[in-house]
Amino acid sequence: MTNLIDIPKVNAKNMTEKEFFYGHKACAGCGGSIAVRLALKVLGERTYTALPAGCMSAVGFIYPQMAFNTNAIITTFPGSASMASGIAVGAKALGQKDVKTVVFAGDGGTADIGFQALSGMIDRNDDVLYICYDNEAYMNTGIQKSGLTPYGTKTTTTPAGENLPGTITHKKNLFEIIAAHDIAYAATASIGYPQDFLNKVNKAKHIKGATFIHVYASCPTGWGTPTETSVEIAKDAVDCGLIFLAEFEDGEYKLNRNPKQFAPVKDYLKKQGRFKHMQDTDIEVVIANRDRKWSRMRKHWL
Amino acid sequence: MKSNKIFISGDEAVAQGVRLSRPHVVAAYPITPQTITVERLAEMAESGEMEGEYMHVESEHSAISATMGASSVGARTFTASSSQGLLYMAEGLHYCSGGRWPVVMMNANRSVALPWSIYGDQRDSLSLLDCGWIQVYVEDAQEALDMIIQAYKIAEHKDVLTPMMVNLDGFILTHTYELVDIPEQKMVDEFLPPFQTPNKMSFEEPKNLGFSSKPDDNTEFKYQQNEAMFKAIDVIRDVDQEFAEKFGRKYHDMVEEYRCEDAEVVLVALGSVCGTIRVVVDKMRAEGKKVGLLKIRYMRPFPETEVKDLAKRVNAIGVIDKDISFGYEGTVYTNVNSAISKIDKYVYKSNFVGGLGGRDITKDEIEEMFNKLFSGVENKSEEKVEFFSLNVESND
Amino acid sequence: MDRPKKTEFTFPTHINDYPTGPQYAAGYLPETNAGWRSVRPVVDHDACVYCLRCYLLCPDGTVVKDNGKITFDMDYCKGCGVCAYECPKDAIKMVKEQV
Repeated sequence: MTNLIDIPKVNAKNMTEKEFFYGHKACAGCGGSIAVRLALKVLGERTYTALPAGCMSAVGFIYPQMAFNTNAIITTFPGSASMASGIAVGAKALGQKDVKTVVFAGDGGTADIGFQALSGMIDRNDDVLYICYDNEAYMNTGIQKSGLTPYGTKTTTTPAGENLPGTITHKKNLFEIIAAHDIAYAATASIGYPQDFLNKVNKAKHIKGATFIHVYASCPTGWGTPTETSVEIAKDAVDCGLIFLAEFEDGEYKLNRNPKQFAPVKDYLKKQGRFKHMQDTDIEVVIANRDRKWSRMRKHWL
Repeated sequence: MKSNKIFISGDEAVAQGVRLSRPHVVAAYPITPQTITVERLAEMAESGEMEGEYMHVESEHSAISATMGASSVGARTFTASSSQGLLYMAEGLHYCSGGRWPVVMMNANRSVALPWSIYGDQRDSLSLLDCGWIQVYVEDAQEALDMIIQAYKIAEHKDVLTPMMVNLDGFILTHTYELVDIPEQKMVDEFLPPFQTPNKMSFEEPKNLGFSSKPDDNTEFKYQQNEAMFKAIDVIRDVDQEFAEKFGRKYHDMVEEYRCEDAEVVLVALGSVCGTIRVVVDKMRAEGKKVGLLKIRYMRPFPETEVKDLAKRVNAIGVIDKDISFGYEGTVYTNVNSAISKIDKYVYKSNFVGGLGGRDITKDEIEEMFNKLFSGVENKSEEKVEFFSLNVESND
Repeated sequence: MDRPKKTEFTFPTHINDYPTGPQYAAGYLPETNAGWRSVRPVVDHDACVYCLRCYLLCPDGTVVKDNGKITFDMDYCKGCGVCAYECPKDAIKMVKEQV
């Protein structure tokens, strides 16, 4: 096994100049496309990229405009992990060496419809890096609730009104569900902390077998935020503790960032159209849930 | 020619055909009555008898997705399913043919729930006739083995690049044992060259696959897919001829006529029931009755020319359907009838829906069907769809 | 080539001009995205310290490392403003596109 400590770091200065996701039709300021672009620059030329139905495939492959400047394929919506498995196993059977297969799937494509195939992929330990770019709703179809939409979010299927505060469920605990498979490597990340994300992709690149990264990626269109603040809002989410940066490796959890004090949750929420309607009592629910989670993580992961 | 006959089931014959075809990747999920095929393939992968990778996928949807993934990098692939499993693959079946990935699969024809039944009929594959796969129906274990090998050659042909489904009647073929000739690997290698396709991702020539097309182009992609299916007819003929020359077994291309030369009345059927019909044809012929059998081998592409040609020569055609499109008629009948309607001649027709959920179609019933066709012509009876046969009285 | 460039596309006139199934050359770009833009980034090279934060965070990868200077591929910049907003030296301004 590669000694992960010896992997040369990839950063803005030394990363390949080559662009692998280019000329796509994503909305201006799209956070998902930052995640895809950066991950592909770390993974490099010898990569097969698989994407289910979702924003990144919809904006990347409209014949004859082919925005993936690398081998890439759109998969069935529920089958991105299994199609990627097939690519990895097929490449192995054909004797191809030094190849990585990567999936970029959204939160719905991962935590909902694609989950069974993802579980199978990790169970078989196929040589695939699965990256879930989480913008917290089905954005490609026009902002509907997914299993990773947080409490209080207004979506087109969880409208906020007199009776309900928008979404009434909390995000699925995707990271720990994945870790529970005893996967070799899993991590959470945010495009608000890009170097941390690059490091995690780079680590996964050098691990043979199934790996998983859950990256928080903003969506100005779905979140109701200005296009220029896409990176900042993804950083704010981490700083206020609603999103955490962690790794699961060799059966152990590791909390990468453990701030002494969180930035105010309310400031983060009120910057976004999707949370504008939230009452203070709703915000208290969000904070209580955050604190419960952090007290557990701090107890067990430090 | 050296013979190497062993006593195996239809499922095992399929596994032997797959092994001989040297797939790179096999991905399948178990379902009765396909299970033995995947068990044998897993054993062959374990022992090294089969060089390819065996993937333990967690569902049929993933089985078809994984084979498409492997095919998209240029691997030869195999999957197998049946009934509910085939239906769970349905999205992938359309996706695969649209993607022009020549995956080969075996389908053990089985009834579809509800009510649950593990036994045979052909509603699973016939309900998916429009998913863009070449569909062949075999009659015995030898044909099953041979058609797996042929399937790769047909599906991977540059003019075809279309996936192919080899259908075997559940239990009647999958689980009964026959003496099957196992071809030599060397001869199969000579017959079936390694898989080559322009439709793949590679590091020499990076590609984007499975893209979206706007209304400006979608029709053209679908036209092309339809064209490839028609081109498959010639390829099927050539491959069958080449196979016959190499292995000494010929399967009569799209259809097989059995004692139809001077027949007045003919039954049309798919799959294993054809064996029973042959016996009845022989018996009735011995009694001087001019009956025959048209075994449809390929439902897609459909043997329209062959059906029309036969219809011009006979007075009556009965179609046995081990399926029913509720609210209308059997699917095979609909297809046969459409072909017959294109000739300038009246032919008496009847649709016999039977064998649902594993019920036997007996020799006596087949004889009765032939007799109904004779009397239909004579009495100019009304053409109708008849369930063959209900065990109880109906409301009709 | 680091970045794909706009490529001329000849529309098919015969069915055989289409690829066999949905497969096409990676990075083939008949269209630009310049028309999406209402503002464009302008760099003050004196203020720029070449930290490459803009290069790192551009969602469209249009920030170019050009012999120690930052430039932009204006064919594919959508004018989102992330580069200017994230610049630690305020060296990038978004200015209105002339219509």
